[in-house]
Amino acid sequence: MIEVRNISKSFGQKEALKNISLVAEQGKTTLVIGGSGHGKTVLMKCIVGLEDVNSGVVFYDERNFSEMKIKQRKEIRREMGMLFQGAALFDSLSAEENVGFPLSMFTNMTEEEKLERVNFCLKRVNLENVNKLFPSELSGGMKKRVGIARAIAMSPKYLFCDEPNSGLDPLTSVVIDDLIKEITQEFNITTIVNTHDMNSVMNIGDKVLFIYKGQKWWEGSSKDILHTNNKEVAEFVGTAKVLKELRK
Amino acid sequence: MMQTFSKPEKSSVFRKRIFEEIDKLGISSLPIVIIISLFMGAVITIQAAFGFESPWIPLYAVGVTTRDSVILEFAPTLVSLILAGKVGSSIASEIGTMRVSEQIDALEIMGVNSSSHLIFPKIIAAVFINPFLIIISMFAGILGGLFFGILTNVVTPYEYLYGIQYDFRLYNVTYALIKTVAFAFIISSVPAYHGYYTRGGALEVGKASTTAVVYSSLLILLFNFILTQLLLA
Repeated sequence: MIEVRNISKSFGQKEALKNISLVAEQGKTTLVIGGSGHGKTVLMKCIVGLEDVNSGVVFYDERNFSEMKIKQRKEIRREMGMLFQGAALFDSLSAEENVGFPLSMFTNMTEEEKLERVNFCLKRVNLENVNKLFPSELSGGMKKRVGIARAIAMSPKYLFCDEPNSGLDPLTSVVIDDLIKEITQEFNITTIVNTHDMNSVMNIGDKVLFIYKGQKWWEGSSKDILHTNNKEVAEFVGTAKVLKELRK
Repeated sequence: MMQTFSKPEKSSVFRKRIFEEIDKLGISSLPIVIIISLFMGAVITIQAAFGFESPWIPLYAVGVTTRDSVILEFAPTLVSLILAGKVGSSIASEIGTMRVSEQIDALEIMGVNSSSHLIFPKIIAAVFINPFLIIISMFAGILGGLFFGILTNVVTPYEYLYGIQYDFRLYNVTYALIKTVAFAFIISSVPAYHGYYTRGGALEVGKASTTAVVYSSLLILLFNFILTQLLLA
């Protein structure tokens, strides 16, 4: 479980996050939605410790991450997997090497064991025969899937996905969404997903948080979001025509 | 800084990274270093011969001048300046691109000390391989002088070979190598710093690369002066 208590973050005079709290439960997918520039990515970076918070704390299974020293943080980070918006695969490494990278760094697996685990992860994301391809040779959807494979290579307890569907066609988006949901349930992971894709909200969101101007504006389930009277949430949801019809 | 020089996560991966960087930063620079050094030696020889037209100056002075110019200044400093352009821009753009495409964040999320993983092997590789490059440059420069000196008929092989052995001081080579090590540290660390702290996109990566080369070159010139004053004065 991940618990975020009252975190705030400013960049100079600009307040990016204001007093945000959330609880992400194990085996469930928590979705953070909101428009571009409203603080979703900053929130995720604060949760994983890529950005330091001005105030507030983050707990990973009751371990206070915010007050940990670098060495202790590293230990927790080895329990994390993250899929970045642009996949963030290492350009100089092949798909196989990308997925095997954390295994090389943090385990004493033999080359055979490593290859077996890499192949398992790639197969789990429905990718085969891409082992020797470099990121520049992969399509956007394939990159995301390799990114997921890399994120689950170390069997993480916490999975973070920043805009997993950005730049993907609707069909591939559904594939990625399904993968995230299945992996979360299968490995009992605590998953947090940033998105502004309403299809993802309906497909995989066990719990949904709406961020507006750096504040937690609304919280509920993916079903509740269709019936909320919150003006900003309704406007956001209403931009998807299908959902607009559903709301009616 | 402390993070960069901290203990690597896994020594086997770190060793592999050092060898990769030696190949990338050093071995791949060998052709350009040899070509530049050959022509550098040739030009110094021709210019020296042109300046020593007086019958009072022995012809072997051309060899002495070429040797000392190449060893003391041209090989360590000029070649380091060229490497600052070639290797420096490559380091800054590589690390800068990794920063803007969130690859460095990906390393951090995995619990990898990104600065140590990316920068430390480059510094070790450059400090290790650059002295070898400069020694090769010295030989190539002196050979270039001999070859083009004979080809252009400005010096005889006997006079030139006598000149390059005349009053040879090993300390000059030591001095050049000390400079080289300092320059190698600058060439690898300054661009790495600029790349690592790049923010933005492709434009900023380009700017970081240019800034890194400018700062590295200026620091090389400054340290050239300081080290010369300390070691030769």
